Amino acid sequence: MNTLVIAELSEGKLRKSTHSAINFARQTGAPFSILALGPGAKAAASELASFGAAKVLAADDAAIAGQVAELHAPTIAAVAKAGGFDILVACASSFGKDVMPRVAAKLGAGYAADISSVKAEGGKLVYRRPVYAGNAYGTCELLTAVQVVTVRQSEFAAAEPSGGASPVEAVATAPADPAAARVEFVGLEAAKSERPDLGEAKVIVSGGRALKERFAEVLDPLATLLSAAVGASRAACDAGYAPPELQVGQTGRVVAPQLYFAIGISGAIQHLAGMKGSKTIVAINKDADAPIFQVADYGLVADLFVAVPELIAELKKAQ
Amino acid sequence: MKILVPLKRVSDPDNANKIKVGAGKVETTGLEWKPNPFDEYAVETALRLTENGTNAKARLGEVTVVTFGPKETETTLRAALATGADKAIRVDTTDDAIDGDLLARALKALVEREKPDLVLLGKQQVDGDANQVAQLLAEYLGWPQATFAGQITSEADKALLVSREVDGGSIKLRVTLPAVVSVDLRIVNAVGVTSMHTPPTHKYSDGVRFAALMAIMAAKKKSLTEVKLTDLSPDTALKIKYTGFDLPPARKAGVKIKTVAELVQKLKTEAKVL
Ligand SMILES: Cc1cc2nc3c(=O)[nH]c(=O)nc-3n(C[C@H](O)[C@H](O)[C@H](O)COP(=O)(O)OP(=O)(O)OC[C@H]3O[C@@H](n4cnc5c(N)ncnc54)[C@H](O)[C@@H]3O)c2cc1C
Ligand SMILES: Nc1ncnc2c1ncn2[C@@H]1O[C@H](COP(=O)(O)O)[C@@H](O)[C@H]1O
Repeated sequence: MNTLVIAELSEGKLRKSTHSAINFARQTGAPFSILALGPGAKAAASELASFGAAKVLAADDAAIAGQVAELHAPTIAAVAKAGGFDILVACASSFGKDVMPRVAAKLGAGYAADISSVKAEGGKLVYRRPVYAGNAYGTCELLTAVQVVTVRQSEFAAAEPSGGASPVEAVATAPADPAAARVEFVGLEAAKSERPDLGEAKVIVSGGRALKERFAEVLDPLATLLSAAVGASRAACDAGYAPPELQVGQTGRVVAPQLYFAIGISGAIQHLAGMKGSKTIVAINKDADAPIFQVADYGLVADLFVAVPELIAELKKAQ
Repeated sequence: MKILVPLKRVSDPDNANKIKVGAGKVETTGLEWKPNPFDEYAVETALRLTENGTNAKARLGEVTVVTFGPKETETTLRAALATGADKAIRVDTTDDAIDGDLLARALKALVEREKPDLVLLGKQQVDGDANQVAQLLAEYLGWPQATFAGQITSEADKALLVSREVDGGSIKLRVTLPAVVSVDLRIVNAVGVTSMHTPPTHKYSDGVRFAALMAIMAAKKKSLTEVKLTDLSPDTALKIKYTGFDLPPARKAGVKIKTVAELVQKLKTEAKVL
């Protein structure tokens, strides 16, 4: 076995999601290399040289512009073939989930998304992944010689550097797919926020439909006080109270912070799918029967518009 | 514009917490079948792209829905026909006999027969949560893809400007047809789809449309054909094998706290997370 980790870059900067994929690679027990692509890949590669990889490869090419699957997939597949890699892994971020199936199709490989754990058994890798919004887990194997997976950031903690210095090598960009000529990257609108990313935050303050137009006004001071990321339910995002990228759930971000506040969130199954793995869950809801209380460690039955300001005052007192 | 929408029935996602596992299988007995919500959104998107919203009865394009499943999944197809899709195809198979890769290979053959300008899919089925068919299909066809679309503007039916919902923001792509697009939740908001056929003053309501009784009757007369899976893909080998399922340990409900002061104190001294 020989694993290739695909690093994730956004606007030339290495994303922390990469370190979750490295953690997976270490768990397979096989040697692994890392591939970074696009502008900034060289710098990202030297950042990644202390994680114990056999090699760190960089296709630092302005032609791989923006997160366009058609531009990334040919080079990933070519590097995998040339290097004899048989396990390819990326984080199950929107980037990984977009590009990795395309790579799998190029390589005739089996693909599985959102792996939550891996075990090496008798020379084979056995994966576990959530199905039915995390209400069940499936144990599966890919039946192909080459295997492609994306792994959950909430289940694979970010790998720490292990010292040493992996050799960094430049690799050539493969010729673009004909399909690439028919897709134009118009732009990335990145949310401008000083707060930690949802995938990395230790504390998350999430709000639901109940917050209405006062979503930011009520939650921001609490999030700032706790250096927390802000999350939201689908209903809050759909209504425009919170931007879509804050959605936590089965089809939004899957998070597992130390502390998760669900404020004015009913606790629909699709929301729980994205936050059930949190260490401590606090729910504030005025309905004592809200399903969120079935997963909350601490439940406060209260009007959030009264309780949240009170909570802020109490936290300030305690500091 | 001709659009192909693959759609799947799933067991009622709102009751997924009632599923059991036994004998290496997920047991969904007792749960109702529902169309995969994302596929309903894909159908709604396809309809909005092929009509003038102010006169939705006059079709300005063609929407074909296709499902891979046993005979009884025709109910799901009929329901899509009733909301406005023009024709339906059922590829005869069962859930156990297919995986995302086989589905994508078979869909490729179907695309070559039906020659749509656009394949619109859900971003994931909410039972298997596999999230791959659109991407695999795009690669097999050699077409561009735009996954997780939250907004689509059709430009003279030749290209689509797609806003994709991604971690930390949104990405705008312009794809020239033919292309593969998978849709996310917000696509069915009032402003999710902008089509050249519908005047900008027309406002859709949020969500998917419902079938009128008349339309349900009329849908019985629309074309629904059956195709054999092996006619589309002689190679029916699977690339993924599930050897078992288990239920995650249930999270225990904790305690109800009376006051904010008590909450802060518990978080500090008991949970030790502050
Ligand atoms: C395909 C699909 C995918 C989905 N994916 C997701 C997903 O990823 N994430 C997600 O979150 N949802 C998702 N959903 C939606 C989900 O089913 C719920 O509709 C949604 O989570 C509800 O959001 P909510 O809890 O904010 O709103 P509501 O269900 O309306 O709940 C609001 C809550 O606020 C409480 N409340 C009201 N006023 C106050 C007050 N003053 N003080 C305190 N409490 C108050 C109410 O008691 C209620 O419990 C998905 C749905 C579908 C169909
Ligand atoms: N059995 C099926 N029949 C028709 N379409 C399907 C089927 N399974 C998946 N799809 C389509 O592929 C999309 C993505 O599914 P998946 O990649 O399996 O999560 C779904 O939203 C459907 O549009």
